[in-house]
Amino acid sequence: MPVATMDGRQIHVNDEGFLTDPTEWNDQLADTLAGQIGIQLTEAHWKAIRFLRDDFAVKGETPAIRRVSIAGGIPVKELFTLFPQKPAKKMAYIAGLPKPRGCV
Amino acid sequence: MVDRLLVLGGGTAGTMIVNKLRRRLDVSRWHITVVDRDDAHHYQPGYLFLPFGGYSTEQVTKSRHAFITDGVEFVIAEVDRIDPDANTVSMIDGRVLPYDYLVIASGVSPRPDRTPGMLGSEWRRSIFDFYTLDGAQALADALAEFDGGRFVVHITDLPIKCPVAPLEFTFMADAYFRRRGIRAKVDIVYVTPLSGAFTKPVSSKRLGSMLEVRNVVVETDFLVERVDTEAKTLVSYDEREVPFDLLVTVPLNMGADFVERSGLGDEMNYVPVDKHTLLSNAHPNIFAVGDASDIPTSKAGSVAHFAVEIFCDNFVDHVQGKPMTGSFDGHANCFIESGDGRGLLIDFNYDTEPLTGKYPVPLVGPFSLLTETRANHLGKLAFRWMYWNALLPGRPIPLPSHMSMAGKHTED
Repeated sequence: MPVATMDGRQIHVNDEGFLTDPTEWNDQLADTLAGQIGIQLTEAHWKAIRFLRDDFAVKGETPAIRRVSIAGGIPVKELFTLFPQKPAKKMAYIAGLPKPRGCV
Repeated sequence: MVDRLLVLGGGTAGTMIVNKLRRRLDVSRWHITVVDRDDAHHYQPGYLFLPFGGYSTEQVTKSRHAFITDGVEFVIAEVDRIDPDANTVSMIDGRVLPYDYLVIASGVSPRPDRTPGMLGSEWRRSIFDFYTLDGAQALADALAEFDGGRFVVHITDLPIKCPVAPLEFTFMADAYFRRRGIRAKVDIVYVTPLSGAFTKPVSSKRLGSMLEVRNVVVETDFLVERVDTEAKTLVSYDEREVPFDLLVTVPLNMGADFVERSGLGDEMNYVPVDKHTLLSNAHPNIFAVGDASDIPTSKAGSVAHFAVEIFCDNFVDHVQGKPMTGSFDGHANCFIESGDGRGLLIDFNYDTEPLTGKYPVPLVGPFSLLTETRANHLGKLAFRWMYWNALLPGRPIPLPSHMSMAGKHTED
């Protein structure tokens, strides 16, 4: 299991850099993770990130993009603007959660 | 005192459940009822072959009641809503069925109406689906008339029923156009919301290279926002465009509307359940089995099959007040038709991605995992017989419900 050093502490990640222990995440780390993929977090980004964190805490799964849109109240179009090209993966990455599962 | 088990949906999961549980629950103590809106049981995997002229309607459709064992009441009615506080289900026609235990096995349906433009003027003219019987039949006519241009296979969003089917369809279309001698005049494009041909690394690499050698262009990370019917173009949320002459799409898959009306579904009308026991998170006497639940795996008959085995053992314990000891691991396997009379096989679960190797007997097979062989194709064809004659009647099938690592290669 790879370990990355971010914000001066050791963070457990998988091969693709996604956090493997959601409890190692905090707001400051989200800013760092976002910076690594070229995103500067604004309040609009945070609304999505907080929804992911809250939903994961309840469901135990990273929500898919349609769930973020419908249950989280953020239009899909806006998610593509905030997290270009791969919003589902980028949101999960910044939120310190596993990649949302595909269907296999 | 009679207990009532009510099953909503007489498809793969519902039919297997009532047949298996009828044998295990005391006839004098248990009344079992299954409800469906019609009496036509469709072998959905067979739809794949219809557009290319294989299989007749009779081979993929039979009466539901013929597969439901004696001692189970079969009610044909459209469900209006479930009242989980009153433990009743009301039908559109006004009938009310009470239950002690309820199993929601109403599956998912393709919803082309959920993508603007899809169900518009081009539907069944230049836009087709193959996940419905009439769609697959209409597509057969369109394919026969197609003599060149941009042929686009498209997935709206996951989850879909049988995630490999669009790939199989693409492989088979390539073989079909070659057979007709027009392959050079057809541009085949595969449009997916995934970042590769498939979900998991090993299989995505293998299946992706199979698309590459067949000269199929893959458009990844494409989440469709609308279909522009004037320009005959798919438009994504990030404003990319894919033009088509003939579009074969897999629409969004949603659970039954009555699930939504009953307040039991998530945003896709899937019923949230414990992924190991399939028991509703909200009600201790409601289960959701098969495609209807929100378990994080494929919507597929194979998942339903292995899940039903575990569910039935658990159900017998649960109704006696014992803890449910069976735990579904998300096991499924699927034959993947690759055209020209060959096929692949994949076997996987919640935690293990599809790998190479042999199945079900290590080193021997007869089936090869993630490798194109004639035996896999024959296995796929033989499975239709198994489905009607062994699976639905609930006869034991000599395959373990839990996935096994035996015979699998962990390094590719």
